Amino acid sequence: MPVKTIAGKEINVTEEGYLEDMNQWNEDVAKAIASELNIDLTDKHFEVLNFLREKAKNGETLTIRQVGKSGIVDIKEFYKLFPKGPMKFASKIAGLPKPTSCV
Amino acid sequence: MKKLIILGAGTAGTMMLNKLYHELDQNEWELTIVDQSKEHYYQPGFLFIPFGIYKKKDVIKPKYNFFPPGVNVIFSPIDRVEGENNKVYLENGQTLDYDFLIIATGTQTRPSETPGLQDKLWYKDIFDFYTLEGALKLHDKLKEWEGGDLIMCIPELPYKCPVAPIEFVCLADDYFTKAGIRDKVNIKYATLMSGAFTKPIASKMLGDMLAEKNIEIIPDFYLESVDNDAKKIISYDGREVDFDLLTIVPVNMGSDMIARSGLGDDMNYVKIDKQTLQSVHFDNIFAIGDAGNLPTSKAGSVAHFSGEILFENILAAIDGRELKAKFDGHANCYIESGKGKATLIDFNYDTEPLPGEYPLPGIGPFSLLKETKMNHYGKLIFRWIYWHMLLKGKELPVEANMSMVGKKVS
Repeated sequence: MPVKTIAGKEINVTEEGYLEDMNQWNEDVAKAIASELNIDLTDKHFEVLNFLREKAKNGETLTIRQVGKSGIVDIKEFYKLFPKGPMKFASKIAGLPKPTSCV
Repeated sequence: MKKLIILGAGTAGTMMLNKLYHELDQNEWELTIVDQSKEHYYQPGFLFIPFGIYKKKDVIKPKYNFFPPGVNVIFSPIDRVEGENNKVYLENGQTLDYDFLIIATGTQTRPSETPGLQDKLWYKDIFDFYTLEGALKLHDKLKEWEGGDLIMCIPELPYKCPVAPIEFVCLADDYFTKAGIRDKVNIKYATLMSGAFTKPIASKMLGDMLAEKNIEIIPDFYLESVDNDAKKIISYDGREVDFDLLTIVPVNMGSDMIARSGLGDDMNYVKIDKQTLQSVHFDNIFAIGDAGNLPTSKAGSVAHFSGEILFENILAAIDGRELKAKFDGHANCYIESGKGKATLIDFNYDTEPLPGEYPLPGIGPFSLLKETKMNHYGKLIFRWIYWHMLLKGKELPVEANMSMVGKKVS
């Protein structure tokens, strides 16, 4: 399991850079991962990230459509915050596993 | 008398009814099945209708043909389940009591979830093939169509039969080649996934297969709306794709009855334990088939395999024993690839589709992740197996949980 230094912290990550343990996450870690993806985190970003983390703690995984119904952002805004792959990038920055689609 | 009710008489519900009918003592148990429609559709056959390979008569039989004697059959839409009081309310005004309840109400297409989809081009230049009506109308369209941009679009996960759109574009390639107009047709595959399929090895194999057939994949395309005037589909990140003919898998959702009963997730799929299939809310409610929120394919094979597990667990629950049978998410899909060939994938929650032979190593007769004529015959003969064995709850000579035997791990 690769160990990566993120925001001065030794963190276990997958080969694609997703955190192995969501409890190793903090806001500085989020900012560091986001800057690698060329995203500057705003309060709105953190609202979404905290929502995803809250759901993940309850064992729920979300789709883009469900985030769009969260009341925090609609789908278009979600794309603007995390361009190209909102679910993949938001999960990575939120310290959550890579979203799996169950086909 | 103790009462067991099955909601939904599709593939999963009918199969469970037959299995339980043969096992439960008819002097002790009253079995009831509820459905809103009297016709049973062989849904895997819908895919072949647009190309004239199957006709309407090949995919419909009366539901009554598959119900054992002596069970209560009620044709009515369902209003809701009241789990606290073990009651089911039907729209025909009846109220049913139960000791055990199996929900098998499936998944439905919801074109209304996508703006512009069910507008003036619906069933003129835009079609689904997940309903009999859509498949038949698409058949009429293909007979007269002279070519242009054919876009296959997948806007949301999960959806029923994840390989059907891949099969559709392969069969379309074959169909237009035979019609002598393949050079006038651009086939494109716009999907919210990052490739032809979700799991890496199958995605690569199926992606290569589409490339060989000159079918372009447009990945990560999350559909926002359809512009009927400009004949474009538009994604949330602002990309636009022109179409002359659009075939689409409309957003899938479970029955609204699930939402009214408070038993489901945001997409109206019944929240169940992914191994035991028991409702997370009530110990005497189970779900099977597309109606549940299992993180695996919505497919007949999954209904079949998980049916074996549910059968054991229902009997255990009736006796008050621990639910020992655990489902592993096993799915098995024949993928029709055109020109009389098909490929096959076999996988579960933890193991992605791998190459090899199925079900027996070195013998097969079916090949995994490889196009063969034998796989195609497997797909065709399945229709007979479906009507004569699967629905009637007879055992098939394959394991319920996935086996690594015959699979090649690199």
